[in-house]
Amino acid sequence: MRVMAQMGMVMNLDKCIGCHTCSVTCKQAWTNRTGVEYVWFNNVETRPGLGYPRLHEDQEKWGGGWVRTSRGKLKLRAGGRIKRLSRIFSNPKLPGLKDYYEPWTYEYDTLLNAPAGDDVPVARPKSLITGLPMQIRWSANWDDDLGGAPEYAPQDPIVKKLGDLVKLEFEKTFMFHLPRICEHCLNPACVASCPSGAIYKRAEDGIVLVDQDGCRGWRMCVSGCPYKKVYFNHRTGKAEKCTFCYPRVEAGLPTVCAETCVGRLRYIGLFLYDADAVLAAASVEDEHDLLEAQRSVILDPDDPTVIAAARAEGIAEDWIEAAQKSPVYALTNRYRIALPLHPEYRTMPMVWYIPPLSPVVDAVSSTGADGEDKDTLFAAIDQLRIPVEYLAEVFTAGDPAPVENSLRILAAMRSYMRRINLGDERDESIAAAVGMTGQTIEELYRLLAIAKYEDRYVIPAAHVEAGRALDEIAGCSLDFDGGPGMGGMGVFGEASGTPASVETFQLTKQRAEADRYDDLPESRGAVDLLTWSGGEAPPGMFPPRRSAEQDEPPTEEE
Amino acid sequence: MTSFVWVVLPYAALTCFIVGLFWRYRYDKFGWTSRSSQMYENRLLAWGSPLFHFGILGVLLGHIVGLVVPETWTTRLGLSEEGYHLMAVTTGSVFGLMTVVGLLLLIYRRRSTPSVFRVTTRMDKAMYVMLGAVIAMGMYNSLVVQLLGGGHDYRADVAVWFRSVFWFQPDAALMQSAPLSFQIHALLAMGLFALWPFTRLVHVFSAPVGYLARPYIVYRSRDAHGSARAPRRGWEKIGS
Repeated sequence: MRVMAQMGMVMNLDKCIGCHTCSVTCKQAWTNRTGVEYVWFNNVETRPGLGYPRLHEDQEKWGGGWVRTSRGKLKLRAGGRIKRLSRIFSNPKLPGLKDYYEPWTYEYDTLLNAPAGDDVPVARPKSLITGLPMQIRWSANWDDDLGGAPEYAPQDPIVKKLGDLVKLEFEKTFMFHLPRICEHCLNPACVASCPSGAIYKRAEDGIVLVDQDGCRGWRMCVSGCPYKKVYFNHRTGKAEKCTFCYPRVEAGLPTVCAETCVGRLRYIGLFLYDADAVLAAASVEDEHDLLEAQRSVILDPDDPTVIAAARAEGIAEDWIEAAQKSPVYALTNRYRIALPLHPEYRTMPMVWYIPPLSPVVDAVSSTGADGEDKDTLFAAIDQLRIPVEYLAEVFTAGDPAPVENSLRILAAMRSYMRRINLGDERDESIAAAVGMTGQTIEELYRLLAIAKYEDRYVIPAAHVEAGRALDEIAGCSLDFDGGPGMGGMGVFGEASGTPASVETFQLTKQRAEADRYDDLPESRGAVDLLTWSGGEAPPGMFPPRRSAEQDEPPTEEE
Repeated sequence: MTSFVWVVLPYAALTCFIVGLFWRYRYDKFGWTSRSSQMYENRLLAWGSPLFHFGILGVLLGHIVGLVVPETWTTRLGLSEEGYHLMAVTTGSVFGLMTVVGLLLLIYRRRSTPSVFRVTTRMDKAMYVMLGAVIAMGMYNSLVVQLLGGGHDYRADVAVWFRSVFWFQPDAALMQSAPLSFQIHALLAMGLFALWPFTRLVHVFSAPVGYLARPYIVYRSRDAHGSARAPRRGWEKIGS
């Protein structure tokens, strides 16, 4: 047993309203630069729908992820090492910009500079890729909220797979939102695809990152990732991906997408897992066994042998403690309600989902029946085959049983808690119907419905060597070489910058927790506005005020 | 003049090549990429790029056999001058044609696709001119001189001079006797090598052969030095 720690996330889809706040804040933080205009490290898809990039789940077409060979070994779907290297000069499975969308801007200048006249000036859309006027035909979330629309839904690879089942009952349509980030897999296909070895899994927390200096732009990771969550910066010629906001997570802060989620549906915490068991678990023969195999790789953090093994691997005490309190472990393994996204890709994804009960509740309520009654809901889960089968294709490689189990737990929680709300007696039989006790249901309710900040995010700070000077960015963070504040290309092409360092975020956290700016440790230089939490003006933001009697400039010790 | 062209220039080009590569790697690892434009356009690239790259790899192999391996070795292996000539001309023409067709496709693509042309730097254009000129002269030598003309045994002069450069005893007189087209080809090649470190051609040195041997999943530890390390190009803090 080789114990390793892994940052994980769980999203409770029952609460996702598809507001895209996560996508927007993520984009502002990470991909508001040239070359990644089309990139959304976090995106929210409407399902059934095409997804982003379009039809990314169609692995027949894109060849992402792993497959199990007849001899029981794992192989990248795109082929062996030599085969893929021979294709290095022109990657046959690379999504083109058109599969995402062509980013554009508007000719705002014509609005401002138009001469006085009878015609109203218009700002035409202009491609950010070619610089030419363009017709907008597709964009991120073009099919947003159009879950059942006949134009898009039939193209959904999962709808196609379910085939007639869906066509027959299409009037009973449903939809839900699916926020997606990088899965930070235990068995990442992007890492395995990288010819340069530039993508790596961090040994401490399992976050998958791209070494920007090591990346040579072969684009194999983009094809290898079945979730299409590695992106190619078309200006710098390097791969970029969701970083799990590692500078924030290292400081104990949740990711930007989680922090800003208005539905409070994201959970972040640690998993302890057995790294030696990953390959075997990813290679089980029956796809329906993959979910259990994945759960079995994750170790019980309260088990004394696991704790001892974790200590032996040098995992710090506060990390072990965080793993014990981990909300994600509770949701995946203790309550067994969270499910992985497309386990059949065999990458062991570490962003899990609680399937949405809402399509079922909506269907029940629309018939006038009681959408909070256990038996009605249970019966509906059994009868509404389309949502369940669809969810099963998304989360359990087509096995409806775990999806039904999760939905029944959610239904039981609804019904159990309603009695409490109405002042009725607690009905243990409701809990017993899903194999739980009233107490565990109330715990689950607290975690899922109350969802306090400190319950949702249990993130131990990274262990940084003491004595490193806290530092922060001064000046405009857009003005780095090739950044949006600069524009243009150097002779070697474009550079790209990332605006923040770990220390910035450690200060952000202290600032968030401090009552006043004066409570903060001495911060050197100016403060960048990206991480300024508002409130009082920090020292250095404005030049020191000169009082009337003080004529000489401020001295050094001031 | 002769010694300037065939003694001074080669060393100047080599120095520029080696020091330049070293400097570029130290200073600009971030820019060390071929800056693929496949996302913009794939139809022409799918043919042009493999044609060019496999062609130029064949050409490289041919140059190694022609320039590095002394004539006496192949003679000892029982390969006659006629046999060698036939082999060199046929393989050279095939790979050369692949390269030329591929390059023409790629240049056409670069010029005709607005998105691709937009990200073409001045350095790219200079590189294309240089590379195109070297390849054009090489094809002239292969097709006009070697295939249609009487042929020239470059292994008696050009190859010997080439090797003599690396023994630090360059013999300029040898090049003097070679046909003018060979001289121009060699001169242009020196220019290309001098330009090399400053162009996207650096990606040649990133051929990922190590991939065949490494384990699939790569683990790395969190950088122990953090940002206390000197920042790299593109990652500098502002105002420091």
